[in-house]
Amino acid sequence: MLTKTITIKNPSGLHARPATAFVQKASAYPCNVNLIKGSKKINGKSIMGLMTLAAKQGEELILEVDGPEEEVALDELTKVLEAEHL
Amino acid sequence: MERTGIAAAPGIAIGRAIVKKEENMEIVRRSLEPNQISLEVERFKDCVQQAILELAELKEITEKKVGEEEAKIFEAQQLFLQDPEFVGAIENMIEAEHINAEAATQSVRDQFLAIFESMENEYMRERSADLRDVSQRILRHLLSITQNETAVVDGPQILVVHDLTPSDTAKLDLSITRGFATDIGGRTSHSAIMARTMGIPAVVGLSNVTEEVSDGDLIIVDGSTGNIHIRPEPVVLQEYEDKLRDFQLRQETLAKLIHQSTMTRDGRHVELAANIGNPSDAESAISHGAEAIGLFRTEFLYMGRDDFPSEEEQFASYKSVLETMGNKPVIIRTLDIGGDKELPYLNLPEELNPFLGYRAIRLCLDQTELFKTQLRALLRSSAYGNLRIMYPMIATLDELRKANQVLSEVKQELVDKNISFNHEVQVGIMIEVPAAALVADQLAKHVDFFSIGTNDLIQYTMAADRMNPQVSYLYDPFNPSLLRLIQMVIIAAHREGKWVGMCGEMAGEKLAIPILLGLGLDEFSMGASSILQARHLIKQLDSQKMAKIAEHVLTLSSGQEIKDYIQQEVMR
Repeated sequence: MLTKTITIKNPSGLHARPATAFVQKASAYPCNVNLIKGSKKINGKSIMGLMTLAAKQGEELILEVDGPEEEVALDELTKVLEAEHL
Repeated sequence: MERTGIAAAPGIAIGRAIVKKEENMEIVRRSLEPNQISLEVERFKDCVQQAILELAELKEITEKKVGEEEAKIFEAQQLFLQDPEFVGAIENMIEAEHINAEAATQSVRDQFLAIFESMENEYMRERSADLRDVSQRILRHLLSITQNETAVVDGPQILVVHDLTPSDTAKLDLSITRGFATDIGGRTSHSAIMARTMGIPAVVGLSNVTEEVSDGDLIIVDGSTGNIHIRPEPVVLQEYEDKLRDFQLRQETLAKLIHQSTMTRDGRHVELAANIGNPSDAESAISHGAEAIGLFRTEFLYMGRDDFPSEEEQFASYKSVLETMGNKPVIIRTLDIGGDKELPYLNLPEELNPFLGYRAIRLCLDQTELFKTQLRALLRSSAYGNLRIMYPMIATLDELRKANQVLSEVKQELVDKNISFNHEVQVGIMIEVPAAALVADQLAKHVDFFSIGTNDLIQYTMAADRMNPQVSYLYDPFNPSLLRLIQMVIIAAHREGKWVGMCGEMAGEKLAIPILLGLGLDEFSMGASSILQARHLIKQLDSQKMAKIAEHVLTLSSGQEIKDYIQQEVMR
């Protein structure tokens, strides 16, 4: 299992387009993907999970990947979360 | 029969009604025998697959008919149907509770709806409409409901629905659907936004219009006023047919003016600009014929968050507007916050009279770091277009001097760091406090321009709260006292060779434009959708003649008298 702390840079937070992009990417990997904000942990392959997480710009999230291809997944998903414009 | 709802998209539509009532799906909860469960899960999965295919088709249709941006909603809905937490939860429920797929779908949907709707966020509340839409789609498949075939009606149609879901919108046939009316919804609901994007007249929020109308009824939708007429009398019908023809002619005339400059009949050029509140509004300003941005409110950058926006973030926003506008001028107003527009992270004490309190430039001159960050971002962005900086709420020369002092300090910092910016960037102030109007001659020496902010200037001059309906009779831009102040400001600025604009709602008012033109106003900034009408009007006016009209207006003694006079002398 790998984890990484990431700060959301997109001005509109992890809503709409960035959330869609993240879920689409996450679903392409065989490993489990989770996002943790405070005491809340959600399935990173779930659009509804991401939406209810409602992560805003400047907030810190922990990205957790576990299983096959976890290293690539960590890198690629970090890019989506840290992108300023999507 | 006449009904009034919310005007959602302007224009008039006349046609025969197609009524679509809310689908009433009876969901019965059934217990399953253990040997039926895996079959039920398979049945559910099949229905989800069919729904996903339908959405792909809808996405394609919408891309062609409306636009790529609008079609994205179906992509999002597809993701809902592939969501392990949603679809998975329904499957688990079928297996764990031994119940039918319909009941499980409804139950999981309701759980998520409760979460979405409890969130303090308009975006999430809108997404609950998508969740309802996709759930409905699965349920229709589970219950094998084929969607009601629409009634056959000849000629133009008006769609009458409980609510227009994204799927309904995609299926609209724009060659025959001329407008629509709904039971529920507001100006910002999905249906209203789509109607405006597609340019079809719509009235929403009519509460029970689907009950009052039958298929084939003649309907008039007036999306500008929010009225609909059901089975209208011949006189009413005639009236609207005339209006519709006029409206179409007018739209054609206005569309020709988009790329023209704003020249009076006697050849005086004035600038027509747009007020915007978001960088993304700039494109729409251009498509509505704006020659400039006369007011870019920067508050959006500061609102709805937990901390101040960084210099980089501000820079990116300012730069994007400047680049979109090319060499057209863009006036960006520095932070106008405090008082009624509060920022939780500023920790401002509650005030008794927020409009007379610690706000805008008063706050910025006190919290200079906040001000400097914004000015740095502004100056840096000035290298990318035609920026003009404007301070709000200036009341005294001393305040203006202090603000300019801070600006020159920031300029020096940038020079020291070798960061490029436009050294000649124009700097102006809003004239919205009567005290500033009264010393406009002194202020004019220290600025490049004035922009009269009538919304506040009226309420401060008349001592009438613009939100209080009991004193709304005083809140009138045509009041002689206000017009005299405006005249003073324009004369004072022109004496110093400076230009004067106006960025309040008055600048786009049909009856005010002739007076303002006559008083010598150089720039009119308004909501983008008013620009072409203003251009159409100004092109027919003679500035010399309007100067005489304005001179006479200033001798009249009430707002009503002034409006009647303009109506009679200019608008005939």
